[in-house]
Amino acid sequence: MIVADKKPIEEIIEDLKNYSKILILGCNECVTVCEAGGKKEVGILASALRMYFLNKGKEIKIDEITLERQCDHEYLEEIRDSVDKYEAVLSLACGVGVQFVAEKYQSIPVHPGVNTCFLGVTEKRGLWTERCQACGKCMLSKTAGICPVSRCAKRLLNGPCGGSTKGKCEISKELDCAWQLIVDRLKMLGKMDDFENIIPLKDWSTDRAGGPRKVAREDVQL
Amino acid sequence: MRLNYPTNIKIIRVPCTGKVDIIHILRAFEKGADGVYAVGCMEGECHYNSGNLRARKRIEQAQKILDAIGVGGERVQMRNLSSAEGPRFAQYAVEMDELIRKLGPNPIKVAAKDKAA
Repeated sequence: MIVADKKPIEEIIEDLKNYSKILILGCNECVTVCEAGGKKEVGILASALRMYFLNKGKEIKIDEITLERQCDHEYLEEIRDSVDKYEAVLSLACGVGVQFVAEKYQSIPVHPGVNTCFLGVTEKRGLWTERCQACGKCMLSKTAGICPVSRCAKRLLNGPCGGSTKGKCEISKELDCAWQLIVDRLKMLGKMDDFENIIPLKDWSTDRAGGPRKVAREDVQL
Repeated sequence: MRLNYPTNIKIIRVPCTGKVDIIHILRAFEKGADGVYAVGCMEGECHYNSGNLRARKRIEQAQKILDAIGVGGERVQMRNLSSAEGPRFAQYAVEMDELIRKLGPNPIKVAAKDKAA
């Protein structure tokens, strides 16, 4: 899932201080799971902003809508009839949602309400960690299901490096060395022979290095 | 025991303090409450294991939000007692009443009144 974190309310206030009709738009997908931009967070933020502006003596109308997703036309269409009533939209979706709102509703300013962080997992409630960098060419079959691109600080394809100490990375004692994890798991699977195979240079053109990417599937396009 | 406690305190019953969410606290302030406090069971003695610990976390989050928007986080408090501690319940009510009187009325309520006038 896409993991996002809340923006400080001070930053949001600064962004919205000149508007008098605002729509706070939540998203029911990833940001709901990581408790940053779901219906609940929309309600809390709307209430807090209403009180802040009232306290400053400013009359402001704040409405709340939470869509199933903000990254699909069909769900974003749900606000087409009502969006013109507002001077600005504060989207609590990830950066994808914010941009899609801006793309579809060109005349209305859109502001982000969260900081989009990474693709990751919920390790436990309140703790999310990175697992994927969307490099576009998955090599997990060669690395025992543990990704060195996202979890090794150096993105080493043939590790570990000399900075690996007692299973931890040199950049932080709390960070597991991805290559230590890979070796441990290869041992467990009885596949240490695979460790001898050198992984060749990676084609990074499918990563961000190749510019913005797209997936075009003619087989499913109508 | 026939204990007295300030009459301005309105009790809202919930099955467990774990039911209390940040939005409930914020709405109370939006509607003009001067202060909110949650009284939960003693820590470690929650019937649902962690309801009162969740409540404490949410109270802390509500405090941060109220500080950021200029209402004042001190107006929200968490207290714990056992169900056999009537005197302590009354004591918490008196303490909360004193604290809120010291802080004055909820600025949101004052602003809303000014706007209406």
